[in-house]
Amino acid sequence: MASDHIVKSFDDQLKRLENLIAEMGGLAEVQLAGAIEAMGKRDLERAADVTASDQRIDDLEALVDQEAIALLALRQPMAKDLREIVGALKAASMLERIGDYAKNVAKRTAALVEMQPVPSAQTVLRLGILAQEMIKDVLDAYIARDADKADLVRQRDKELDALYTSIFRELLTYMMEDPRSITACTHLLFIAKNIERIGDHATNIAEVVGFLVYGRNATDQRPKEDVSSFTVVQS
Amino acid sequence: MAMIQEQTLAVRSERVTMSSNDLAKFKTDKVCVFYGVKQALKDVRLDIFQNQVTALIGPSGCGKSTYLRCLNRMNDTITDCRVEGSFLLDGDDIYSKDMDPVHLRARVGMVFQKPNPFPKSIFENVSYGPRIHGLARDKHELETIVQTSLEKAGLWKEVNDRLHQPGTGLSGGQQQRLCIARAIAVQPEVILMDEPCSALDPIATARIEELIDELRQNYTIVIVTHSMQQAARVSQRTGFFHLGNLVETGATEQIFTNPVDQRTQDYITGRFG
Repeated sequence: MASDHIVKSFDDQLKRLENLIAEMGGLAEVQLAGAIEAMGKRDLERAADVTASDQRIDDLEALVDQEAIALLALRQPMAKDLREIVGALKAASMLERIGDYAKNVAKRTAALVEMQPVPSAQTVLRLGILAQEMIKDVLDAYIARDADKADLVRQRDKELDALYTSIFRELLTYMMEDPRSITACTHLLFIAKNIERIGDHATNIAEVVGFLVYGRNATDQRPKEDVSSFTVVQS
Repeated sequence: MAMIQEQTLAVRSERVTMSSNDLAKFKTDKVCVFYGVKQALKDVRLDIFQNQVTALIGPSGCGKSTYLRCLNRMNDTITDCRVEGSFLLDGDDIYSKDMDPVHLRARVGMVFQKPNPFPKSIFENVSYGPRIHGLARDKHELETIVQTSLEKAGLWKEVNDRLHQPGTGLSGGQQQRLCIARAIAVQPEVILMDEPCSALDPIATARIEELIDELRQNYTIVIVTHSMQQAARVSQRTGFFHLGNLVETGATEQIFTNPVDQRTQDYITGRFG
């Protein structure tokens, strides 16, 4: 992407920023995969690993901020270069959030392991895998500056939302049927919500890719399928 | 995806259609300029909008200063320079036989790269133009014009106690503001500025930029600058020249965040010189 500046060190700095984002993205992917796997296998050790590894993403975000601010202050970037830097700042904060959500999934997994398994766990697992695919695709799109591919990720978010809404209903039903399952179901519900939020961030990163390539923010409304905010279950 | 592309197209067409608030002060079309056999400008079409600052940017030798100098017929003085095309100032053809170049230059003033005050007093520097154009009936009126011009140029407070000392004794930034005062003393409609800050330090530059922003209320300003940051800071519209062509023109914000033409992109991001 960034090449051929008359001042070579400008290229080097932009490249470094790009590499940091790629590294953050890779880590976020690994963290999410680890959290989902720990939940699926009820693996305490794996969950503890994920919880401990989040710090690395936070550190990288601080580095991205530092590099981006230095570039803005010292290079007065214009046009595409400016968008690269602003895009990196945005993407970094979203990736950091994704890392936080993965960590929270891992922590709740540790709590879930202490309790009776809830049948919905399998559906939540599916939700997690869908989110993982979205993250992978959006990161590929980011690195390749492929706005078409990024747009496909945006479109997939509604699948994730629909699945989340159905999990929400399912868990409410279990909780009403068996109040003893409320603790486990609540943890699982938060896990599902975290994964749904991860999908939102993948969508936001997809929008950043559109901004990098076309220099415009996406203004069209995405179809929203998460209706859990309005859902009432009558007992 | 399709959506994004449509948006981009919509944005691009928006750049062509002007908002109704944009009133063209200067309309120039099919502008070609030759120095002997060498063509310096090729079929340039550009509108300059009233009460806006238009910045012209581009690498050295791209024709931006040549274009600027066409707007008040400064190129007339260059022997083998030939200017073609139409230049309408409020609908008046500035190259027509009826147009007196001296009168035109009162309507379209100019400030140069190097401050060039006359080797006379501060007062005489500013009063010279109004006097030869007969803009003041008596000494008192002339003094009023000198004071308001210096006030508008942001120099009055610094020089009001030494109006009769030589203008060349001022600092570089003050001299440049004196030249701006001299330009506005004849009540021009348009002010052309050719690299007005390139000989000034950052503080003096900031003063001039602030001044440009204030002057915009009453005048139309065209500025040629090598500093893209300056163009970005002071102008509302920007035109990018390259090898005698006007490559791209648009709202300054758009030119510096999302230019359409690859050559503009490369130039403003520092990829060719």
